[in-house]
Amino acid sequence: MLSIRNLHASIEGTPILNGINLEINAGEVHAIMGPNGSGKSTLASVLAGREEYEVTEGEVFFKGKNLLELSPEDRAREGVFMAFQYPVEIPGVSSTNFLRTAVNQVRKYRGQEPLDAVKFLSLMKEKMKLVEIDQKLLSRSLNEGFSGGEKKRNEIFQMAVLEPTLSILDETDSGLDIDALKVVANGVNQLKSADKATIVVTHYQRLLDYIVPDFVHVLFHGKIVKSGPKALAMELEEKGYDWIKEELSGTTA
Amino acid sequence: MSKDNEILEEFTSKEYEHGWSVNYEADEAPLGLNENIVRWISAKKDEPEWLLEWRLKAFKAWESMKEPSWANIKYPKIDFQSVRYYSAPKQKSKSKDINEVDPELLKIYERLGISLNEQKRLQGIAVDAVLDSVSVGTTFRDTLSKLGVVFCSFSEAVKEHPELVKKYLGSVVPSTDNYYAALNSAVFSDGSFCYIPKGVRCPMELSTYFRINAANTGQFERTLIIAEDNAYVSYLEGCTAPQRDENQLHAAVVEIHAAENAEVKYSTVQNWYPGDKNGKGGIYNFVTKRGICAGNHSKISWTQVETGSAITWKYPSCILKGDYSVGEFYSVAVTNNYQQADTGTKMIHIGKNTRSRIVSKGISAGKSQNSYRGQVQVMKRASNARNFSQCDSLLMGANCGAHTFPYIDIQNSTAKVEHEATTSKIGEDQIFYCNQRGISAEDAVALIVNGYAKEVLNQLPMEFAVEAQKLLALTLEGSVG
Repeated sequence: MLSIRNLHASIEGTPILNGINLEINAGEVHAIMGPNGSGKSTLASVLAGREEYEVTEGEVFFKGKNLLELSPEDRAREGVFMAFQYPVEIPGVSSTNFLRTAVNQVRKYRGQEPLDAVKFLSLMKEKMKLVEIDQKLLSRSLNEGFSGGEKKRNEIFQMAVLEPTLSILDETDSGLDIDALKVVANGVNQLKSADKATIVVTHYQRLLDYIVPDFVHVLFHGKIVKSGPKALAMELEEKGYDWIKEELSGTTA
Repeated sequence: MSKDNEILEEFTSKEYEHGWSVNYEADEAPLGLNENIVRWISAKKDEPEWLLEWRLKAFKAWESMKEPSWANIKYPKIDFQSVRYYSAPKQKSKSKDINEVDPELLKIYERLGISLNEQKRLQGIAVDAVLDSVSVGTTFRDTLSKLGVVFCSFSEAVKEHPELVKKYLGSVVPSTDNYYAALNSAVFSDGSFCYIPKGVRCPMELSTYFRINAANTGQFERTLIIAEDNAYVSYLEGCTAPQRDENQLHAAVVEIHAAENAEVKYSTVQNWYPGDKNGKGGIYNFVTKRGICAGNHSKISWTQVETGSAITWKYPSCILKGDYSVGEFYSVAVTNNYQQADTGTKMIHIGKNTRSRIVSKGISAGKSQNSYRGQVQVMKRASNARNFSQCDSLLMGANCGAHTFPYIDIQNSTAKVEHEATTSKIGEDQIFYCNQRGISAEDAVALIVNGYAKEVLNQLPMEFAVEAQKLLALTLEGSVG
């Protein structure tokens, strides 16, 4: 589904990603871990198409299409979704209105009829149960005055409504207490299916107790330095990231 | 540099859609302004002596006044002698019956999307169409007159209801009120007149559509709205002008009188030609709008969506004289390219338990300057007066300016006055967030701007709100699906 080959990216001339290679198949959950500044969020942003990042080398294919040639909105319409680490506030625009605009633009791109208000509401109702979100929250201005947990829950709700093929969760666990974390993880798990894939970007292992990855990749200095099964995450939790750094300096010395 | 700027650049470079003009034979005054021109206009309109005297008094006052310079706007000195103060399309028939109006003139309005035709009239909205200096027709007159509602051009009102005009003309905005009001009082050519009798709730929206067509011609119209005890009316005003390289002058006066328990809602969607991308041309819009809540429990509400004009100088105000009277001002002002707007309101609390609410939303893009200027005044006997003001500014790009000038003058210690102000930017983050959900950048800006202005747009009558939303999007964007 997603194929990242030798991806290099920089911001304002500073290289952040230094040759990422990653293959993700439908039905898989991949966790990207790594210490602060290793390039985890950059990878998520580059995949979503954030303009500040310049791709200097490499390629990314998504469902056979050259992802890097698509505008951010077309990537979204093709089925790439990013749950933001810091979702923005848009005053005066209700979550419902925002999401309906989004759904209908995606549908238009795919040659589908727009959903009318009634059909859209019933879709909302169905997905609301899934992520246990309050309707009151959705009639409020998007993310305005939402708590950290509410914002993240709303991200997962949007994901549920938009039904992406590839979901990228960028540090969705940051700032969440354990109960909120469970709700968010539960939502993500319910949305898992054989034709979809998920990338979970996280600093800590604890989210992975709830969203169980098939593969764990450790990012360091903009490269994947280690990949393994879920057990790798446990090891990282236990030992921290230093042993990887040591191991690396050992091999390069 | 960033995509953010590119997007904003692209959005802020749309063309003005009402920039066309048509040729018709016109009846014009010579260029320039002197006492003879004032007499010429009055004679042209076959006015009674008292009105000519009123004009001449205003003209004398204007001659001795200085152009105000306190507003946060910059423009070359206006040469008042190079302006034409009267230009009217020659009409074959003098009839004010809409069915007998010259079809060529009706076509102008058709093209603006305003149908004056019997068959295709806007449902539930009566329209007075003002072209350059005169009203060319008013719809639904018969329906309204059955209720005793008078809705006609100002000129007709002078002839048919002289006692009302004489009583109220200049009663809210005196002819010597300010430089532009004095100018208007001297040379005003037409405008709309509404009179809602006691206890009548006007069943349809009354609306005036102002169009400047002729070159070098200023438009000076006067609107007078009178709502008697327990009357209600909602009034709409729209305006456009052709795209011309030279600046054109528009100096209007609107007066509203609300008697006991009366309510007047006045909505404006102002879309005068704003000038080109380099700031060439555009309308100079110097307008005095004021209403008096003369009776107890009366209410006047101003809602304005200002998207046009090279310069906007406009402060729709309320004099809250009656006890328990209410004044409201809801405004969205958008400036782009080199537009300058200095707009706001005055709320003058005279009566007891009077309340006022001000919601101003400025949006600046391009190299424009957008200022809110508002005054809240609570007089000595206005006990328990309340005011709430909220002034928000939204910036798009780094080359525009937003300014807030609130003046508060309280002479009664029981007053409660609140002022809130915010300034924000449409961020790359917001646009990217929308993009990531599949929303194009263009629609993202429309969504964000409309969300920002929602509180004001909600005040507009339904038909107008939709128009205003589109206009906001158009003013700031390339095109919206």
